[in-house]
Amino acid sequence: MSTMTDPPKPGFRLSQLIYDTRYRSLTIQTVALILIVSGLAWLVSNTVANLEALGKDFNFGFLSNSAGYDINQKPIEYSSQDTHARAAIVGILNTLIIALLGCVTATVLGVLAGVLRLSKNWIVSGLMAVYVEGFRNVPLLLWIILVFAIMSESMPQPREFRGDAPTASMAVFDSVAVTNRGIYIPSIEFTRSLSGNEAVASQEGLAPVATGWQDWALIIGVIIVSIYVIRLIRRRADRIQEATGVRPVTWWLQIGVFVVPLAIVAVLLGATIVQPYLKGFNFTEGVHLRNSLIALWLALSLYTGAFIAEIVRAGILAISKGQSEAAYALGLRPNRTMNLVILPQAMRVIIPPLISQFLNLTKNSSLAIAVGYMDVRATLGGITINQTGRELEGMLLLGGFYLLVSLLISSAMNFYNRSTQLMER
Amino acid sequence: MSDTHAQTVSYVRETMLPETDPPVKERGAVKWIRENLFATWMDAILTVISLYIIYYVVSHVGPWFANGIWNAGSLSECREIRNATIGTDASAACFAVLSDRWQQLVFGFYPQEHYWRPVAALLVFLAGLAPVLFDGIPRKMLFVTAAAPFLMFMLLWGGPIWGPIVVGLGFVLGYLAFRALTPVSKLLSNLAALIVPLVFWMFLTGPIAGALSSIAPIGLEFVPSKDFGGFTLSIVIGVAGIILSLPLGILLALGRQSNLFIINKCSVAFIEVIRGVPLIVWLFTASLLLNYFLPPGTNFDLMLRVIIMVTLFSAAYIAEVIRGGLAALPKGQFEGADSLGLDYWQSMRLIVLPQALKISIPGIVNTFIGLFKDTTLVVFIGLFDPIGLSNAIRASTDWNGIYWELFVFIGLMFFIFCFSMGRYSLYLEKKLQREHR
Repeated sequence: MSTMTDPPKPGFRLSQLIYDTRYRSLTIQTVALILIVSGLAWLVSNTVANLEALGKDFNFGFLSNSAGYDINQKPIEYSSQDTHARAAIVGILNTLIIALLGCVTATVLGVLAGVLRLSKNWIVSGLMAVYVEGFRNVPLLLWIILVFAIMSESMPQPREFRGDAPTASMAVFDSVAVTNRGIYIPSIEFTRSLSGNEAVASQEGLAPVATGWQDWALIIGVIIVSIYVIRLIRRRADRIQEATGVRPVTWWLQIGVFVVPLAIVAVLLGATIVQPYLKGFNFTEGVHLRNSLIALWLALSLYTGAFIAEIVRAGILAISKGQSEAAYALGLRPNRTMNLVILPQAMRVIIPPLISQFLNLTKNSSLAIAVGYMDVRATLGGITINQTGRELEGMLLLGGFYLLVSLLISSAMNFYNRSTQLMER
Repeated sequence: MSDTHAQTVSYVRETMLPETDPPVKERGAVKWIRENLFATWMDAILTVISLYIIYYVVSHVGPWFANGIWNAGSLSECREIRNATIGTDASAACFAVLSDRWQQLVFGFYPQEHYWRPVAALLVFLAGLAPVLFDGIPRKMLFVTAAAPFLMFMLLWGGPIWGPIVVGLGFVLGYLAFRALTPVSKLLSNLAALIVPLVFWMFLTGPIAGALSSIAPIGLEFVPSKDFGGFTLSIVIGVAGIILSLPLGILLALGRQSNLFIINKCSVAFIEVIRGVPLIVWLFTASLLLNYFLPPGTNFDLMLRVIIMVTLFSAAYIAEVIRGGLAALPKGQFEGADSLGLDYWQSMRLIVLPQALKISIPGIVNTFIGLFKDTTLVVFIGLFDPIGLSNAIRASTDWNGIYWELFVFIGLMFFIFCFSMGRYSLYLEKKLQREHR
């Protein structure tokens, strides 16, 4: 009985705070909390003292002052008389535009390159390996500057399109002009606009132009409804297949549901394609994609595409070979095997890193600074800060915006992860 | 039995036919091409498109590269040489800019007579790195590894040699205190290992180093940070960031895994905030705002600020990568460590982290590669990295209008560094693989 340890004595000794695991975590956390809070307090008190020394205060009133600078790419109405807040919103929209464009093209490029890199074709897979390794191992900034230099140095000047024997010509049925000032593409305008704008004659022989955001909203709405109806059609086909074993042929119905309403709306709105044409020293009409946009867009999507290619490749390789062999044993054809067996499983592996690549792309779009694209860093975090001298507030807002975007996207990703998680019992 | 016998069968082969070769379509190069390049229609189309792309690139870049002019003093001289030797419409690279300005691209504004110092620092770094990276090297070399940071600092920045030595002494003192107090109490020895060097650095380093340098003023000439540039700058920032961010990242990952509420929440907040904002915004914060957060009147080196920011940034990413590794580890490993009676740090050090780090090697190396590539962003806050220097070179009258040659050189250098890092990670993965093959 002498070997038995003493039962713990009642009561609390100070040494338990360190040696007793029940209380130790409490001690550690208290110490950590004190350290962190005092560190933060130190930073804040420094900031207050520094602001006082500089004679500045901390308020966001500058946002409602007139900005006084112009922005070259305006998705919404903006003039230099508008407020800093509106300039920031224009910048945010520009950031979102480049992020959206980049994500779409990067995904297309990445999926293509990832699948082709797995191809048995020696040349194709080698070429894709060169693309992936080349882009992954060279800084994005260099690619952005490189594409910008290509656009502004090697492309023809607008005046080379002029004359009886022009040295440069427009591509795609004379509708796209690639110049050293950017790319001009046709735009779609509506003669019977919902916005009630007056139709303005643009050029002899071309349709008058009057377009508002309402027209685009209507078209997007129609597309969403069509997609919903198509999903209903597919579900019905699934049900019939499950009940009878025969899948009804629905592809013509699906195409029809998508195309017909869109065509009707387009005709009702009087949609016309307005081509860019040379006027004076430059092209006019159509949509002008600036070099900065093109450089940023291309470089971001090529760079991120290389990363996505690796993700896609890893995702497909992660599915064990037994899956495809089992599918073949069931008599499924290769494309059905891919669609019904491999891809649904690979998606679970691919989607989370894919979304974090989208996030990276959005954050990398702040490299717009290299080519002068007016994103939120350039407006709110650049010119506004320089003009008002409000570094602290401006940087806080800028950081807050990026943080908000990234938290939104990662919470969407967590939601997706939870919904596709394997159910383990 | 069968009815067939010799009499009813009209013909019986009595000798074997000689073996023939497989048909032409099924052997050698033809078979390889058929199987690898033209297996299906789709394959054939892809092959043709790929061949066209390769032809297009080679036919454009090949002559440009082959005609490269290496000896000229300016772009216009380059063009004159081209017109004289090759012809006016021929495309020819003007690599003369590299032979003329390579020193600037590599060393920035580092004083010319001291160029040997960054090179020596790089050699010291490689010597210190070798025993960490490869098994075949004698373990004694690890002493070089321990001394390397101080040696590199001395070589790169110069100044009296006593500063780094006294700082290094702080580590030794901490270790001695730890050893001396270990028999007394574990807690006390840990605290001493933390507090002794801190006190030493805060109060004694300055006076001791000052006294020593006034007694024996030996050392290299001091080179201020603003003279650093080019690949020297990229490598210094990259290496410092890599070395400092790994331990910080591990601590953050452990913090995020921890079930201590406050530490967990603080780690999560730190990681999410750092990751949620682009590096460029952090760099601007470092250059514009850091002075607000420090006591009035402090002003420290821009390069040091950048290193701190880059370290914090990549530490957050590494923390996420390692968290993945920790999550992938079976729960039995944690429980096994507990059941052996190991305390938290022992179980982490001996059981959990070796396995978790092994799983996360590819991700960690990818983060390092990203960090190294991101060192180019410092150009926006006024440091002269290779891209900043290429702008500076272009701004001179001699080389106004030269793009591709500089970009090719910079891109190639980055490619070599990053690609070799990636290859090393593959080698390490293979070496550490313990699963059934």
